[in-house]
Amino acid sequence: MDLGEINPILLVASLMVAATPLLLAAIGELVVEKAGVLNLGVEGMMIVGAISGFAISVETGSPWLGFIAAAVGGAVLSLLFVLLTQVALANQVASGLALTLFGLGFSALMGQSYVGVKPPSMGDIHIPVISDIPVIGPILFQHDPILYVGIALTAAVWATLKYTRIGLILRAVGENHDAAHALGYKVIKIRIMAILFGGACAGLGGAYISLIRVPQWTEGMTAGVGWIALALVVFASWKPWRALLGAYLFGGITVLQLNLQAAGVAIPVEYLAMSPYIITILVLVILSADKSSAPAALGRTFHASH
Amino acid sequence: MIVLEKRPQPSKAWSYATPLVAVLATMVFGGILFAILGKNPIEAIGTIFWEPLFGEFAFYYRPQLLVKGAPLVLIAIGLSLGFRAGIWNIGAEGQYIMGAIFGAGAGLAFYPLEAWYIFPVMVIAGAFGGWLWAIIPAFLKVRFGTNEILVSLMLVYVAEQMLASVSLGLLKNPEGFGFPGSRNLQQYDSAHNAELIAGSGMHWGVVTALIAVIFAYVLLNRHMLGFHIRLTGEAPRAAKFAGVNPARLILFCLGLSGALAGLAGMFEVSGPSGVVSIDFNVGYGFTAIIVAFLGRLHPVGILLAGGLMALTYIGGEIAQSQLGLPAAAIQVFQGMLLFFLLAFDLLTNYRIRAAHSEVA
Repeated sequence: MDLGEINPILLVASLMVAATPLLLAAIGELVVEKAGVLNLGVEGMMIVGAISGFAISVETGSPWLGFIAAAVGGAVLSLLFVLLTQVALANQVASGLALTLFGLGFSALMGQSYVGVKPPSMGDIHIPVISDIPVIGPILFQHDPILYVGIALTAAVWATLKYTRIGLILRAVGENHDAAHALGYKVIKIRIMAILFGGACAGLGGAYISLIRVPQWTEGMTAGVGWIALALVVFASWKPWRALLGAYLFGGITVLQLNLQAAGVAIPVEYLAMSPYIITILVLVILSADKSSAPAALGRTFHASH
Repeated sequence: MIVLEKRPQPSKAWSYATPLVAVLATMVFGGILFAILGKNPIEAIGTIFWEPLFGEFAFYYRPQLLVKGAPLVLIAIGLSLGFRAGIWNIGAEGQYIMGAIFGAGAGLAFYPLEAWYIFPVMVIAGAFGGWLWAIIPAFLKVRFGTNEILVSLMLVYVAEQMLASVSLGLLKNPEGFGFPGSRNLQQYDSAHNAELIAGSGMHWGVVTALIAVIFAYVLLNRHMLGFHIRLTGEAPRAAKFAGVNPARLILFCLGLSGALAGLAGMFEVSGPSGVVSIDFNVGYGFTAIIVAFLGRLHPVGILLAGGLMALTYIGGEIAQSQLGLPAAAIQVFQGMLLFFLLAFDLLTNYRIRAAHSEVA
C-alpha cells in the first residue's frame, strides 16, 4: 500500500471528470421534478445517450456530433415517457422503470458491434495563461469542453428558475398544476418540454461516460449513475448549485475509492466499490428529514377534466 | 378532436383485455424490430412462443418453463403486494442475491455432513437474507422517511459486490483449483434442491411459488391486512380514517417481498444453478417487476404472466441459437411489453370520446 502515490492535484481534477455525468443527469432531472414530474428512467436515458453518442462519434469521427446525438437519443427515449405519462396518463413510477428496463436492453442491442472500439478523443481545452497557473490550472482549467458545459448548464438552470418568467411558470406547474391550469398555462406542454430537456441532459451525461470518462462502450456501463443522480436531486433539495456540490462530493468518493483500489489499500476491492452506493443511502437518510422543498405536485398525474 | 373522459369506475373488461392487447402489440412491434435486425419476423416470433411449448424438443423445454417461471412468480407476488399499496420495492434483484448467499452459506456451513434438517435450515436462511436486505429500506422509510425506491435500488449494487466478494472469498470452493465460485450444491445431497419428479422441472421453488400465489390470493381477498393493502393503494385518505398503520404496512410489504425474493434466490442457487458465482444473478428481480404489472398485480394474473415471461426467456434462448437473434433483443422485447401494458391501461381508467363542442 502506498498512499503517497495518490496525487492530490490529479485526484481533484479527475473528481471533476467523475462528477460531470452525475451533474448533467441531475440538473436535467431537477428541471423535470421542478415541473412536478418524477422520471425514474434517468438510468435508461443515460445508457441510451451513452451508446448513441458513442456510435455517432465513432461513425463520424466527431465527438461533438456524438454529444449532439446523445442529447437527441436521450430526448427521444424520454419521448416514450411523455407518451406514457402525459398522453396515456400512466403511473410515473412504473413508466420510469419501464424506460430504464427498455433503455438497458435497447442500448445493449445497439452497442453489440461497438464493444472494444476506441472512440475519437475530444481533447482538452488549454486556456492560455490561466491554465498554466500551478495547482489551480490543472485542476480547473485543463478539461474537456463538456465539463464546462455542465457547469454553464447549472448556472443557466439556476438563473432561469430564479429570474425568468418561464422559470416561474415551470415552478408553478410543479407546485400546483390545477392552479397553473386555471391561470391558463399549458401544464402538459410545459411538462413535456421539461421531460425532453431532462432526457437530453441525461443523454449528454451518458455520452460523457462512454466518450470521455471511460472512454469505451460496455453493456450496462452507467452502473447506477442515473439512480445516484436521482438521489442527488433529493440531496440538493431541488437547488441547482447544491446539485453541483453534491455531484462533486459523489465524484470525489468515486475517484477516491478507485485511487484507494489502485494504491492497494488493505480494504477488499468489493467493499470499496460498494462505498458510493452506501454513502448515497446514508446521505438520503440524513437529508430526507426535510421534505419541505420538494415540488408539491411531484409525481402526480394531471388531467384537465374540461 | 378526441378527448379522454375519466371513467367513474375502472373498466373490468379492459382490465382483463389490456394484458392481451399489450402482448399482441409487443408481438407486432417486436416482429418489426426482428425484421430490422434482418430476421424473418414470423419465424422469430414463432420460435419464441411456439417452439418451447409444441416444438420438436418441447419435452426438454417444458420443464424449463417451471424452472424459469418459479423465481419470477415468487418475486412478483411479493412485489405486487407492495405495489398495490404504493410501496415500491425495486431492489428485488439484490434481495434475490442475498437470499442465495445466505441460503448457500448456511448449507455449506454443514458440508460435508448429510442430514435431513440442512435443507430446511437453508430455506429459512435464504428467506432471512432476502428479508434482511428489504427491511433496510423499510426501516429507513419508516424511521427517517427515506425514499424506498432509491435505497432498495442502491442495495442491488451493494449486493452485487457482496456476491463478488463471497464467490472470491468466503464461499469459494477450497477444491476449486483457484477458480471463483462456491462448491456445487447439486453434488451435496442434503443441500440439493432436486427435482421432485425427475425430468419434470418441478422443484421446491415451484411448489413454494404456487403456495405463495394461493397465500397472496387469500390474503388479499379474505384477510384484513390484505384489505388494508388494497385500501391504502386505492384510497389513501380513507385508509387513514380506517386506522391503517402505514409503518406496519411498509414493514410487512417490503419484508415479505424481500423474504420471497430471498427464497427464490435460495431455491435457484441450490437447484438449477448450483453454484454461488459472480454472474449468478440474471435479472429475475427486474423482470419480475414486468411480471407483476403484466399480471395486473393479481396473484392469478401473476402466475400466468410469469409463465409467459418464462416462455420469452426460453424462446429467446432458442431464437438465439437457431436464428442468431441477439440476447439483448429479448430484453428489449420484454421492456416493450411493459410499455404497451402501461400505455393501454389508459383504456381501463379513461374513455376515449369524440369531443362534442359545448357552449359553456
